[in-house]
Amino acid sequence: MEQKKHWQSFGELNNSEAFNKEVQNEFKEELPFVEDESTLEKGESFLQAKAPRRDFLKYVGFSTAAAAVAASCEMPIKKAIPFANKPEDIVPGIADYYATTYVQDGDVVSVLAKVRDGRPIKLEGNDLSPITAGGTSARVQASVLDLYDTARLRFPSIAGKEATFEDIDKAIGAELNTGAVIVTSSITSPSTKQIIAQFLAKHPGSKQVTYDAVSHSAMLLANEASYGKKIIPSYHFEKAKVIVSLSADFLGTWLSPVEFARQYAVGKKIDEKNPAMSKHIHFETVASMTGSNADDKYLCRPSELPLVAAALLSAVNGGEINGIADAKLKAGIESAAKALTANKGAALVVAGSNNVNEQIIVNAINNAIGANGTTINFAETLNYRQGIDSDFANLVEEMNAGKVNAVLFYGANPVYTWPAADKVKAGLAKVKTTISFNAKLDETTAVCKFVIPDHHFLESWGDAEPISGHISFIQPTISPLFKTRAFQDSLLKWSGEAADYTTYLKNYWSAKLGGENAWNKTLQAGVLNPTTSTYSGATINASAVNNAVAAVSASKSASNDKSKIELALYQKVGIGAGQGASNPWLQELPDPVTRATWDNYIIVSPSMAKSLLNIDLTNPGQADAYEVHPPKQVVKLTVDGKTIELPVLVIPGTHPQTVGIAVGYGRTEAIGKSVIGTGKNAYPLACIENGLVHFSCGDVTLTVTGATYPVALTQTHFRYDTAQGVRTEVVKEISFTEFLKNPKEILEEREAETKPYGGLENYEAQGTIYPVYARPGIKWGMSVDLNSCNGCGACVIACNAENNVSVVGKPEVLRGHEMHWLRIDKYFSGDMDNPKVVFQPLMCQHCDNAPCENVCPVAATNHSSEGLNQMTYNRCIGTRYCANNCPFKVRRFNWADYTGADSFPDNQEGEVNDVVMNMNDDLTRMVLNPDVTVRSRGVIEKCSFCVQRLQAAKLDAKKDSRPMVDSDVKVACQQSCPTNAINFGNANDKHSAITKVCLETPNRQFYVLEQLHVLPNVTYLTKVRNSAETGEEHAEAAHEAKAEKETKAAH
Amino acid sequence: MTILRSLAKIVSIFLFITLSSSIGNQLNAQDGKALFSQNCASCHAVNKNLTGPALAGVEDRWPEKKNLYAWIKNSAAFLKTGDPYANKLYNDYNKTAMNLFPGLADKDIDAILAYIKTVPAAGAAPVGGAAAEAPKEDSDSTLIFGLLTLILAVVSIILLQVNSNLKKLSDDKSGIPGSNPVPFYRNKAYIAFIAIILFIAGGYMTTKGAMNLGRSKDYQPEQPIYYSHKVHAGVNQINCQYCHIGVYQGKQATLPSVNVCMNCHLAINEYKGEPLTKENGDVVDGTAEIKKLYKYAGFTEGQPWEAANAKPIEWVRIHNLPDHVYFNHAQHVNAGQVACQQCHGEIQQMGEVKQFSDLSMGWCINCHRNSQVQFKENGFYSIYEKFHADLKSGKIDSAKGITVEKVGGTECQKCHF
Repeated sequence: MEQKKHWQSFGELNNSEAFNKEVQNEFKEELPFVEDESTLEKGESFLQAKAPRRDFLKYVGFSTAAAAVAASCEMPIKKAIPFANKPEDIVPGIADYYATTYVQDGDVVSVLAKVRDGRPIKLEGNDLSPITAGGTSARVQASVLDLYDTARLRFPSIAGKEATFEDIDKAIGAELNTGAVIVTSSITSPSTKQIIAQFLAKHPGSKQVTYDAVSHSAMLLANEASYGKKIIPSYHFEKAKVIVSLSADFLGTWLSPVEFARQYAVGKKIDEKNPAMSKHIHFETVASMTGSNADDKYLCRPSELPLVAAALLSAVNGGEINGIADAKLKAGIESAAKALTANKGAALVVAGSNNVNEQIIVNAINNAIGANGTTINFAETLNYRQGIDSDFANLVEEMNAGKVNAVLFYGANPVYTWPAADKVKAGLAKVKTTISFNAKLDETTAVCKFVIPDHHFLESWGDAEPISGHISFIQPTISPLFKTRAFQDSLLKWSGEAADYTTYLKNYWSAKLGGENAWNKTLQAGVLNPTTSTYSGATINASAVNNAVAAVSASKSASNDKSKIELALYQKVGIGAGQGASNPWLQELPDPVTRATWDNYIIVSPSMAKSLLNIDLTNPGQADAYEVHPPKQVVKLTVDGKTIELPVLVIPGTHPQTVGIAVGYGRTEAIGKSVIGTGKNAYPLACIENGLVHFSCGDVTLTVTGATYPVALTQTHFRYDTAQGVRTEVVKEISFTEFLKNPKEILEEREAETKPYGGLENYEAQGTIYPVYARPGIKWGMSVDLNSCNGCGACVIACNAENNVSVVGKPEVLRGHEMHWLRIDKYFSGDMDNPKVVFQPLMCQHCDNAPCENVCPVAATNHSSEGLNQMTYNRCIGTRYCANNCPFKVRRFNWADYTGADSFPDNQEGEVNDVVMNMNDDLTRMVLNPDVTVRSRGVIEKCSFCVQRLQAAKLDAKKDSRPMVDSDVKVACQQSCPTNAINFGNANDKHSAITKVCLETPNRQFYVLEQLHVLPNVTYLTKVRNSAETGEEHAEAAHEAKAEKETKAAH
Repeated sequence: MTILRSLAKIVSIFLFITLSSSIGNQLNAQDGKALFSQNCASCHAVNKNLTGPALAGVEDRWPEKKNLYAWIKNSAAFLKTGDPYANKLYNDYNKTAMNLFPGLADKDIDAILAYIKTVPAAGAAPVGGAAAEAPKEDSDSTLIFGLLTLILAVVSIILLQVNSNLKKLSDDKSGIPGSNPVPFYRNKAYIAFIAIILFIAGGYMTTKGAMNLGRSKDYQPEQPIYYSHKVHAGVNQINCQYCHIGVYQGKQATLPSVNVCMNCHLAINEYKGEPLTKENGDVVDGTAEIKKLYKYAGFTEGQPWEAANAKPIEWVRIHNLPDHVYFNHAQHVNAGQVACQQCHGEIQQMGEVKQFSDLSMGWCINCHRNSQVQFKENGFYSIYEKFHADLKSGKIDSAKGITVEKVGGTECQKCHF
């Protein structure tokens, strides 16, 4: 067999037996009727057993009776109830869009809320915001489900008992007069800041502490030391030709990922006529999403990061690289320094760690490479994170000393996220008045006396200033569902203000904007952008740099012990600091790095797998033992006397001496069904040094417990090879140097593949015995740029929300039953210890010669004249032949009644878990899109190209009596994408964007599995990597290694 | 029969002649009626003072016609001219300003005035114009076919019996020992025959019954208020969109909210049209039904109405499509220019609404196969260049035109997604 360049699993890399067996068993299901094998005699197949015939008759009898009962029911009488007083601008059945803003603990994304018949059901990015330009993230997309979360607090309470707002206001009364501390997550709202200031002024002795679960304290403090300002300047990745990241996950979780992803993609888009692209060099400890996208990636231990920074500074200044023993790492620093110095004024270095000295050194590097004022702008500051860890550490001390009378929590949840949570709890016990404004009964709220739940952002008024001068407004899209009150309203009331927050906000902005009309107009747009943009640098304080370098060098000796294992805690793209844990969509989103769902785990490298677990992943048998079955070995991790027991996942691209654990798991059960039994809390493992929280620790001990724990890993799902042949390369990748050398390489490859059928030009007609059909009018097409896609998963959740894709729960994911219409495949290539990664979003390819259509016995799936592969649920009888025959494995089967759509009320019991049942609560179901059928058990479903949007777009054009244009329709995945990786439109229209993309990129375009002649309507643009090495070298290296191993095995 | 029919013919010819003699005036009045209901009826009645004065004899009351025109078009401006009659009117009616109608041309006003003249004075009996409906002919031939089948079956049974008797006789004659006679109810041929008949008939009826499950043609439930489309859309010519506002814009045609009803019924508080009868002959008191509306609206006559008091009316839904069907009114009514009556029947003749079509998929598909899209009229279809060329060259029969089916209108995902 030909050695493939890309692999998804160790089994595939090694071409192991169990892997090959596994991929031939697509549905991983036992045959029905035999639940207990003991009923079979020895050597008997189930067909000979006595049970099946009787069972069969039972089933037939039951289904006939059931059908008769169901059918003889009378038609129910339905009511049609119009409005009593119809609001003027609401027309039932027509969605309205309101500009508002997603805000969560400092994260800000401007969005449009789609409100259908009074219910917000989908968030779309707001194109008018220059920060995100219509992009969103998985968490933004999922936040609409939080609105309808059944675990939200429904009323205010005092000591756990329901109370009215008046009761609470009265009870709190004078208690705040002796001084109160307001603990908030980063607040970006200017009006809220003013309200807090007023409150503090009215209550002498009070103060505000900003507390971020995962803070950027070191950056703020380093900037204070370097530039004298405790701010974070704005970054411009789009202006950088060279980006060096020291473990900063800026595409996934660092500061403002949606904004940075958009900027980053600018440098990654390739104009084929004039090819140029940015270069991203990444140094990291544990595999991350950003690292996976890097052109070159180098591994180091967390404690080495400051040394790497110091070495890079020295190299950039033309000095020696000291203190780096690892040759590969040293080479990496050298190449990074070379690239940075060669691109002065168009280069940028960012660092993710919470180490002040490291950040000061990074400031110095940026200063040396001319980043200040070009790729870093001090005229505009980022307000996403403002917390300083030591402020909160001091507060904990004060509380424990009994010096605090009252504490108010808004957004912050330190009882969960502070490493020394017990101390926080103990301190809170000594505080007389504790008030929480959090929306759920989270860990902190549970220990507070007064609980005044705040609205969801979709129910609120508000404003946000993510970047200084850029304002994004929040307006309610639905009346508050529960008895909740805005945090600002409480503060205003307690400050003795008469106005409520709505009026306050209106007055505040009307005054600034010049009148109510201006306010209304701005509110309609949702954003207020500065008219001019200025760039300014800053002068760096050299002595701070020298001190920092000295401090880092001094700690060198301590971190040079190579035998020690280090721990790096990280945030997941979906879960964040823990905010996403109660959201079933986010829990079921396969993590971009590990492709695991529903849990956290210990990430280890392949070489540690060998030394710790005795799994040699280059040995096919052992790789299979690890990979084919979901249960993973559980390891006990001990650091500083604190322990955690978690299953182990082997993720290539992790430093051999480092392990990683995601924070945000192990939450209290009170915040929702989806946190029950999913993962463990890793925050206690973080350490506090000099008042800063460090999410990495040295000297970790790992002990194998012998227990196993199933992890719902989707990396190996939806692989299926037929007995006739294995799948060939699905993804195409080329290095930038190769591309420059021969831009037509991919085209030639395709040409060679289709040569037996007359080459690319004649392939469609000559590759088949079917006729070629005309497509008059519209022909839908999609194009996915693998260079822009960074695997963030926003599209997956957007698809969930738009198309009512059901959540299936962990037990079902374990069986490969997840329902996502769009998945993001992750391919590795090259060296197993530090491979290159390609993300490929894969949805139904809407093949013009679709293999699924030919095999359906009831024609439930067929082709439309517009090129859509149509799926008709009400015609489907569930044979699954189509899924079986789909080469891309994008068809999903409803194994159980996940949505509660069936007419039999109890057929979910025992089949689906509590999370799925909860998704069918009347409240949660309010999120469903009424234009898309909710599928019932036993039918196949798949990507429809958002046909409901296509139909609506055509109708809009018809109503205006004009041809349809691009702006009429954006499919959900395309709309949500922060990097515009997905293009969609009418390929028959010469002026459409999709046509333009296809014409402009002949050399990078390809169809997946083109040689099958299924004629997809989705094209992909080849991933081009601006790497020092070429992809072929990797393949050769892997091939050689394998050949070597085979000879060894032969001996 | 025939005598009645020819009588009806004569009557209608006579009516036609008399009507066409005054056709100019009449047409004017027809337009005027529509204009009146659109513009004036919410404040004025012909024979009764409402918000504004009764309009009967309005032309005689105004000293000059051009003043009247000016007043109607812009009452506020005309008041300022200091016209004594206008000012008196203004003061008499609580200084309520009359709406401005700059959009009405002089001839529109003439039409309205002409209509007002045609309305008889209060108390006069409404002009009866209803001609006797021709009795419907019974064209159902099922009975005849059934009888024929039955007779043939009996004849064939007798013949079979005769045949077997004859065979027995001939067997006896030629000395072949006959088998024991089998009574006909144990005869296998009969049993098989009957079984097959029963199977076919039973299968046919089961299938037909199953296909009709969930269908409800002719469904006519009793509604909380006897609302007559005949009175509103038929007699009073209110445009469908006045109440069903969504029909041109969106998926749902939408039912009017109570405040829409009250737009007119704030003024119209009694029913004075032809007597209303239900299909079963029960007489409906129109005025009492209006009072029911007032109850929902929370309106007490003679007092100002507070819209916030209204409660929604729980109508019984008549047209139900299954959840897996997507139907959009705008697509049909706006883009397709389909008349309401095509699917809803002669709605303007219905008292209580009845489901006219069975709303089955076959019914939808048949229409999609036969109906033309607005191919030349709607700019959307300009992208179908090939079809346009084929139509011109005659390759596509221009009489059949471009049907919905031709542009993909019978594909699954046009309605199921």
